[in-house]
Amino acid sequence: MDNTYSKTADALMDTDKSVILEAKHIYKTFPGTVANDDVSLELRKGEVLALLGENGAGKSTLMNVIYGLYTQDKGEIFLNGEPYAIDNPHDAINAGIGMVHQHFMLVPVFSVLENMMLGAETTKGPFLNKKAAEAKLRDLSESFGLEIDPHAIIEELPVGLQQRVEILKALYRDVEILILDEPTAVLTPQETEELFKIMRRLTERGVSIVFITHKLKEVLAVADRIIIMRRGKVVGTTTPAETDEHGLASMMVGREVILEVEKAPAQVGKVVLEIEHLNIHDNNQMHSVRDISLSVRAGEVLGIAGVQGNGQSEFVEAITGLRRYNSGEIRIDGKRMPQEKPRTLVEHGMAHIPEDRQKHGLVLQYPLTSNFVLCTYYREPFSRHGILNENEILRNAEELMERFDVRAPSPVTVAGDLSGGNQQKVIVGRELSREVSLVIANQPTRGLDVGSIEYIHKTLIEMRDAGVGVLLVSSELDEIMSISDRIAVIYRGEILAVLDAAEASREEIGLLMAGHISE
Amino acid sequence: MEEQTPSQNNWLKKVWFSVRIPFLAIILALLVGAIILLVSGANPLEAYWQLFKGAFGSWRNIQRVLEKSTPLIFAGLAVALGFKAGLFNIGAQGQLLLGALMAGYVGFAVKGLPAYIHIPLALLAGLLTGAVFAAIPGLLRAYSGAHEVISTIMLNYVAINLSDYFSEGPWKDTTPGNIVSRLPAIQPSAEIPNIGPVPVGFIVAVLTSLLIWFVINRTTFGFEINSVGLNPHASKYAGMRTKLLIVAAMVVSGALAGVGGAVETMGVVGRFQPGFNTGLGFDGITVALLARNNPIAVILSSLFLGAMKGGANTMQFYANVPNQIIDIIQGTMLLFVTAEMVVRWVFKLRKQRDTEITVTSGWGQR
Ligand SMILES: Nc1ncnc2c1ncn2[C@@H]1O[C@H](COP(=O)(O)OP(=O)(O)O)[C@@H](O)[C@H]1O
Ligand SMILES: [Mg+2]
Repeated sequence: MDNTYSKTADALMDTDKSVILEAKHIYKTFPGTVANDDVSLELRKGEVLALLGENGAGKSTLMNVIYGLYTQDKGEIFLNGEPYAIDNPHDAINAGIGMVHQHFMLVPVFSVLENMMLGAETTKGPFLNKKAAEAKLRDLSESFGLEIDPHAIIEELPVGLQQRVEILKALYRDVEILILDEPTAVLTPQETEELFKIMRRLTERGVSIVFITHKLKEVLAVADRIIIMRRGKVVGTTTPAETDEHGLASMMVGREVILEVEKAPAQVGKVVLEIEHLNIHDNNQMHSVRDISLSVRAGEVLGIAGVQGNGQSEFVEAITGLRRYNSGEIRIDGKRMPQEKPRTLVEHGMAHIPEDRQKHGLVLQYPLTSNFVLCTYYREPFSRHGILNENEILRNAEELMERFDVRAPSPVTVAGDLSGGNQQKVIVGRELSREVSLVIANQPTRGLDVGSIEYIHKTLIEMRDAGVGVLLVSSELDEIMSISDRIAVIYRGEILAVLDAAEASREEIGLLMAGHISE
Repeated sequence: MEEQTPSQNNWLKKVWFSVRIPFLAIILALLVGAIILLVSGANPLEAYWQLFKGAFGSWRNIQRVLEKSTPLIFAGLAVALGFKAGLFNIGAQGQLLLGALMAGYVGFAVKGLPAYIHIPLALLAGLLTGAVFAAIPGLLRAYSGAHEVISTIMLNYVAINLSDYFSEGPWKDTTPGNIVSRLPAIQPSAEIPNIGPVPVGFIVAVLTSLLIWFVINRTTFGFEINSVGLNPHASKYAGMRTKLLIVAAMVVSGALAGVGGAVETMGVVGRFQPGFNTGLGFDGITVALLARNNPIAVILSSLFLGAMKGGANTMQFYANVPNQIIDIIQGTMLLFVTAEMVVRWVFKLRKQRDTEITVTSGWGQR
C-alpha cells in the first residue's frame, strides 16, 4: 500500500523552480470570523502544493480569494511577478487559474462536451462549433490521459468521473494553475490513486497544482511542498521528506494528537438493544436487510463493518424509527419498540448520530440554539405548556458549545455556517447530553478532520465507559477496529459474522466485507 | 445628532437588511407604473398624488383603507403561515370565499342575538369553514403526497361553484325586485362596528397578527411548523409528527383565510355576494411575500396594499387614470419580490443569507 505513495526523488528537490503565484499578507474576514489572518504563500511552477488544515482553517476561503470569488480585505496577489487584481472567476480563468470546488459546478443534464463549452463557447459565426470543441476535448483527454466520453450525461457519471470533467473543464480553458479543493473527499481509495496519477501527469506538463485536503496520508503521498493552516493562519511549511503523519497532525491541530484510541477493557452490563430477525424489502422487493439479529449490551461498542451500500443505511434507519421494516422486532431494555416513532425511541434513551448530518441531523437555517434542542424542545426546562423558554434554550446552547468544543461565533449563528466538524459536534453534543442508555452512531466521523475525529471517538468511548451501549456503523475499517469491542460484518444486507475485536484481524474482516465466509 | 452607538447601528442595519428587498421592489414597481402612466399620456406624479389623497385625504378615506386592509391581513397571515410550514396555500382564495359565505349565512339567518354573541358566532362560522376546507388539501398532501398547489387550485373552483350555488339557490336574497345572485343582508347585530375611524375588525386583525407571531416564534407548535417547513427529514428525525403538522398548518392557514372572508362580509360588504371578494386570497400571497412571511410585517404590507385599493377610485376619477394601473403595480411588485435577483442586480446589493425566503418546497418532494 505504502509503495503507491512514494514518488521520485527529483520531485522533492525541485526547490529552485520559479514562483508562479504569490499571495502576500491576505486578510479576509466574515461576520464573526477571521477566515484568513495574514496568510502568505507561494506556488512554484509544476509543483503540487498541499494546503493542509482542519475544517474551518480557511483553506477554501484563501483559494476563493485567488479564484476571484471573494475579495480580500487586505493583502496582495502576484501572478508571474505582476500584481494580480481580479474580482470574478471569469478573469481568473483568463489569467490561467482554474479551480475545482468541493461541490462540483457542472450542469447535471448536460453532456460532458456541453459542460466543457459552457462559458467558453467555440463558435462558428453565430453557431456553436461542437466539432471543433469535441476535437479539442479529445486532444486534451488523450494528452493528459484523462479518458472520458464527450457525450456522456453528467448526472449519469460516477462522482470520480464528474471530477475528471471538472479538471478537464479547467484544462480546456488552458489553465496553468489548478486548485483542487478537497478532491478526494468524494472518492474511493482506487479513484484517489487514479487522481494522484493524473496530478503527477499534469505537473510533468508544467501545470501547478494547489491540493487542499485534511488527510495526512494523501499529503505525504502526493505533495511536493506542504503548507499547514490553522484557524486562519499559516502555521508551517514543510515537505513530505521532513515530516510524518504525527508531525503533520500536531501542526494541524496545534497539539500532540493521539491517532490511536486508548481504552480500558469493556465492563459489559445487561442487554440494552435487541434486534431480532429484522427484514427490509426495498422498492423492488429485493432484500436490503436480511434477517439481522444483533444485541448491544451496556458498556460495549458493537461495530458494524462493511463496504458502503450493503444495507447499513436502511438498517440504521429502521432501528432509529426513520424507516418501516417488513418484519422483525426491536427491543430497548426489553420493551418492544413501535415502528417509525423516533420520539418513543428518544424517550427510551436512544441517541442517534445520523449518517447524513445535513439531511437528518440539523436544520441548517436554524441557529445553534434551536438545533441543540431539536429533539427535546417539547420538554421542560426548554418549554412549559407549549411555550418555549428562550433563556433556557440559550443557556443550554452556551453550555453545550463549551462542553463539546463547538467553534462558532455565537450560539445564534446558523448551523449552515459552521464547518462540517463543528456541525457534527453540535449533533454529538445534542444527542449525548441527555440521559441515554443507547447510542446509534452511523458514520459519525465521515468528512471530518483529525481533531474532530479524535474528539468524537473519545466521546463515544466515554459513553461506553459510563455504561451506555454503543452501536457504531462505519465503512472505515480503521475506525471500527480502533473503538469496537465486538465487530459485526455486514454484506448484502446480512450479518456474516460477529467477532471479538481483540481477536479479529484486518485481513479476516476485509475478507468478510467482500463476502468471503471463512471456515 | 450624536454618533450612533454600534448596537443601535447594528439594529438599524438588521432592520434595513430585512426590509430592503420588499422596499426596493415597491419603489421599482412604482417606477414601472409611472413609466406606463407616462406612455399612456397621464402625469404619474398627479396620479400618485391623487392615489395618496384617495387613501389618506380624509378620515373617511383612512377608514376605508383600514377596512380594505383587514381581510388582507387575515389572507396574508394565512399564506405566510403556510409558507412557514413549507406549503404554498394558493387555496386561501377558496377558503376565504367559503368563510365569507358561511359568515354571511350565519349573519342573516340567525336572528335575535345580541351583537357581542352574533359577531363572534359569524366569525367562528367563517373560521371553521375555512379550516375544514383547507384540511382537505392538507390531508391530501400529508397522506397521499398530492401537491397542495394543484389540489388547492382545483378546490378554488369548487369553492366558487359552491358559493354560486348557495347564493343563487337555497340562500338567495329573495327581496322583491332582487335579480342578483347574493345572500340577504346580514343582521345589524352581525355588522362589525367602528371605534372612531377604526373598524373593530382591523383591531382584531392586528391582535391576530401579534398572536400568530407569538405562536410561530415562541411556542413548541411554531417550532415544529418552522422545522417541518425548513427540513422535513430532520423534523421526522427529531420525533415530530410531520404529517399531522402539515395538516395542522393547513387547517390554521384555512381558518385565518376563513376569518378574512368573514370580516369582509361583516365589515365591508354587509352581505355575501359572489365576486366581491374575488382576488383577496391571491392578494394574500402578495401581502405575505412582501412581508417575507413575518406576521408583524403582514400588517404593514396589508396597509400598503389597502391604501392602493382605497385610493384607486379617487385616482381614476381625478387623474383620469384607469384603476387597473393598481393591478399592474401590484403584479410588478410581486414579480420583483419573488425575482429578488432582479432587485439585487438593479441596486447592486450583495447577498445576505438571512433575508432569503423559501417560497415553496419543490414539486413532489417529501
Ligand atoms: N461565506 C461565508 N460566510 C461566513 N463565514 C464563512 C464563509 N465562508 C467561510 N466562512 C468561515 O470562515 C472560516 C474558514 O472557512 P473555510 O475557508 O471554508 O475553511 P476550510 O476550507 O479550511 O474548511 C470558517 O470559520 C467558516 O465558517
Ligand atoms: Mg473547505
